[in-house]
Amino acid sequence: MALQGTCRQIGDVAIIDFSGKITLGEGSATLRKTVRELAEGGQKKIVLNLSDVDYIDSSGIGELVSGFTTVRSAGGELKLLHLTKRVHDILQITRLFTVFDVQSEEGAAVRSFK
Amino acid sequence: MAANTQRIEVTLETLLESVDLAESITMRIAEAAGFPDEEIHKIGMAVREGVINAYNYGNQQDRQKKILMSVELAPETMVVKVIDQGHGFELTEIPDPLAEENLLRTSGRGLFLMRAFMDEFRVERGPEGGAQLVMIKKLPHVHSDNGKHQPE
Repeated sequence: MALQGTCRQIGDVAIIDFSGKITLGEGSATLRKTVRELAEGGQKKIVLNLSDVDYIDSSGIGELVSGFTTVRSAGGELKLLHLTKRVHDILQITRLFTVFDVQSEEGAAVRSFK
Repeated sequence: MAANTQRIEVTLETLLESVDLAESITMRIAEAAGFPDEEIHKIGMAVREGVINAYNYGNQQDRQKKILMSVELAPETMVVKVIDQGHGFELTEIPDPLAEENLLRTSGRGLFLMRAFMDEFRVERGPEGGAQLVMIKKLPHVHSDNGKHQPE
């Protein structure tokens, strides 16, 4: 299934609910476009809700890292919420858990921004 | 090749669609070989990464070049080979994606994932000088048989 992202706002935090696969091609491109548009629009607090994403490949992982550095370079923060087991495992074996702030509850994710 | 070894060979175009196709073919074979769901997923993903590597780095998205994939079911193993028409490479040339200084790199994790998801992984030189990625997984009955022979 192609990746789809729906953006909603809680206070000054943008939450994007993604569903589908984040893989080479369309999925990675959708993720990149969504995060870049938010960052370029001045959004500093971004949460990617990945509860409906159960597949990510190396290209998708690269795109998550790219989104993280894009937002950070613009002075913001990007966090991950509700990882499925497969995405969780991939981030664990690639040591990206040490890079991303991963949250398991939406309210806590929103409150965790400075 | 042993008499009871089955082998299929597929020539893939250097196209993005070939990545999904190769993954899907391999997952079906892994399913027929009796692997459990999670292992089928890992095999499919390793092959996906292998074909992405051939598409992007080996053949550099050149549509004139082909990607050759073979899947062999031997009595104890499933062996997948992905061969590109690039210039080949050595594993030692590839930066370690787990090193602190490489964690924020946006590429370079594919080979690591292939190694993580298969029992054995190596890079060889293909017949035309490109890279030949060899991925091996022990068949499920081999794991369970090994368990039976464990000393008590």
